[in-house]
Amino acid sequence: MRDEITVMFGGEAGQGVETAGELLAKSLVRSGLRIVVSREYMSRIRGGHNTFAVRAGAGEIRAPREAVDILVAMNEETISIDSPRLSAEGELLDASGSAAAEGAIGLPTKDLAPPRYANTVASAVAASLVGIEEDVFAGAVADAFGKKGDQVVEANREAVRAAYGWASENWKGHLRLAQPSDAPKRLMIEGNTAVALGAISAGVRFAAFYPMTPSTSINLVLARHAEELGLVVEQAEDEIAAINMAIGASFAGARAMVATSGGGFALMTEGVSLAAMTETPIVIVVVQRPGPATGLPTRTAQEDLEFVLHAGHGEFPRAVLAPGSPEECFHLTRKAFDLAERSQGPVFVLSDQFLADSYRAVEPFDLEALPPVARPGDSEPTERPYRRYELVEGGVSPRLVPGAGLDLVVADSDEHDESGHITEDLALRNRMVDKRLAKMSVMREDVSRPVLSGADDYETLIVSWGSTAGAAAEAAEMLRAEGASASALHFPQVWPLAREQFLPALEKAKRVVCVEGNATGQFARLVRRETGFVMESLGRHDGLAITPEYTVRGLTRAGVPK
Amino acid sequence: MSDTVWGDYETAWCPGCGNFPLIKAVKKALTDAGLAPEKVLFVSGIGQAAKAPHYLNCNLFNGLHGRGLAVATGAKLANPGLKVVYESGDGCTYGEGGNHFLTALRRNVSVTALVHDNQIYGLTKGQASPTSQEGLVTKAQPGGVLSSPVNPVALAVTLGASFVARGFVMEIDHLASLIVEALEVDGFALVDILQPCVTFNKVNTYKWYKERCYRLGEDHDPEDAGAAMRAAREWGDRIPIGVIYRGLRPGFESRIGALAGGPLAGRAPDPEKLAHIIDRYA
Repeated sequence: MRDEITVMFGGEAGQGVETAGELLAKSLVRSGLRIVVSREYMSRIRGGHNTFAVRAGAGEIRAPREAVDILVAMNEETISIDSPRLSAEGELLDASGSAAAEGAIGLPTKDLAPPRYANTVASAVAASLVGIEEDVFAGAVADAFGKKGDQVVEANREAVRAAYGWASENWKGHLRLAQPSDAPKRLMIEGNTAVALGAISAGVRFAAFYPMTPSTSINLVLARHAEELGLVVEQAEDEIAAINMAIGASFAGARAMVATSGGGFALMTEGVSLAAMTETPIVIVVVQRPGPATGLPTRTAQEDLEFVLHAGHGEFPRAVLAPGSPEECFHLTRKAFDLAERSQGPVFVLSDQFLADSYRAVEPFDLEALPPVARPGDSEPTERPYRRYELVEGGVSPRLVPGAGLDLVVADSDEHDESGHITEDLALRNRMVDKRLAKMSVMREDVSRPVLSGADDYETLIVSWGSTAGAAAEAAEMLRAEGASASALHFPQVWPLAREQFLPALEKAKRVVCVEGNATGQFARLVRRETGFVMESLGRHDGLAITPEYTVRGLTRAGVPK
Repeated sequence: MSDTVWGDYETAWCPGCGNFPLIKAVKKALTDAGLAPEKVLFVSGIGQAAKAPHYLNCNLFNGLHGRGLAVATGAKLANPGLKVVYESGDGCTYGEGGNHFLTALRRNVSVTALVHDNQIYGLTKGQASPTSQEGLVTKAQPGGVLSSPVNPVALAVTLGASFVARGFVMEIDHLASLIVEALEVDGFALVDILQPCVTFNKVNTYKWYKERCYRLGEDHDPEDAGAAMRAAREWGDRIPIGVIYRGLRPGFESRIGALAGGPLAGRAPDPEKLAHIIDRYA
């Protein structure tokens, strides 16, 4: 019996690797297990080499692991590429259809079901091996294929029956996973779906986008639920249009967002500046991938922190939230809408491909316990005629929406007077700059606190932001298990920083290492700029997710004080 | 109601600018269409034309160069009850915002686009615009413009906009009547408005336009796409003004299911529906 296990499916695009992985993942979640999924895929529709790895266990798990316990190879290439990842007692299931490779268990998918169900068979065998009940797996299959009609569901059900039968006759069972005592209802969602659900919870009404991996599925989830929820999701002609449409919708009173990735966001930067100048709330989700330019479209990175922090000409306030899990994706996206409305400007959610695609088992959100989200018109203008940019203490002018009443609302991308009309009165210009910058206090008063995992008493502190949270926390656990004194500090928000929230924690460590998915240590540099505190940097920029093992290797290369 | 509800403002335009008669026609049309200022949202870009709505008493979003149609589309979808009018110049609309113009025509969203077309860049002081005639000499094109001009009216006919018209600023009442009809159309309405730039365009002057512009007669059937295209392509010694084309596609917003329940603006989140949706991920 194992406390945890990692199963990886590998094959070429078009072989159903995703479906195989998702069926297993869903069955694991419904059996009460925790999961962390990592997906590696190539930028192509057919061929290539894609993998879907599920790490599962009854206890809390927060990051992928490098070693694979069960490798299900849908083609021969997977065997040559991925079998070095097998753990000492790992098993290779050869589902490629050719004669089984040496040391592998041949899985005769063709004998068990028609070829088109090979992925269902492979997934079912893996599920059976780790100890998932056949009924649970069959339920996941029925839900996944229900839309395709009874015949497809029944054919898949047959394949599952055959696969479970084959597994029980041919498997020794030493890799079975310890099953939890109960299976409370949990959601299986990844970062992108969690962002979309968080936006829906905040009342998003408008999203415009241009398709770009790895951000697209945020918009697809919104589109899937658009009609029943009453929200408009529009595929724009380009990202420039997307952000301008969202700004127009927000100005007219609909909560609006855009989700994109680095290159698309580059096109949006003029719009960021427009949102700031016109004081229009907007939530901008940037799902990072490696650059520059087209870079590695389907891989992961944390390279765009400095870009997002500085994007847009001119000076204006912003906040940048950096979720480290699907739960944080939900809550921080919701918070982003509140901050955007209260500060009347752009607020960012910075995610990445790893988190975007990483399914987890998530406790259902307690919707009644969620904090409120501000709305336009929450504060009334003090006098009429209404002036959109009335100079008030704190800089946040009452925001009305055109068409909602008799007041006229005038917004301008030019420097403007209080009523919203163009001005070149330079003294007024100064007051308007001060007004806009004063709104930074809205952000500063509501900074999401860094989260410490591990003992409060540590010598080594591993700092992370965004998706690297889980790997950093588990790396600290691994080091502690080896007798070192290590903890991890995760930043769910990277701008603005509130030094009193974290500087004492950094200063009390003997060694502080910042782990992040880029080559130049962008967050470490930001902390230094803001506080003067110098951290060591451990980066990764090969397009793969930072793992606990990678972090430990990186730290121990230079030695960790015990 | 009279034109005075739309206000009377000092402007930043040159004396004799074609914008003066143009804004008169706009005010007259808004009044004739029976619109109240608080129900109208103007959206503009950047340029001398884009300043025009600053001289009107109405809701206004004066955005970025080229991007006004995208903003107008978002605002219309957020609140289809607003009368959304886009007003900007030929450079902003057909140059910097070319892709947004093409897509607005394809979407056929109910936005009334008033495009000041003076075949030159005014605010940046006299460079060629997308509608400048081939050969026009400017400081930026000292050897003359080499590209052929865009024909916005023909493009709008090709892409099936609901209403396509060309007006001329010296015929204020005629122009106002075109704008009134454009304001009432279901779907995208383009009014390309010919006007001189008295400072930077010494070729396409009041006289130049006056000699060429003629009103389309009753023999022109705007619902005949072939006739519309012929009228749209007529440019030279004679330039037709009037309603060039009437498409019959319904407005984009009327085809969006999510808008069936009323405007997006002001709708509160629905936790019950969200709970139901979240359940599907278990």
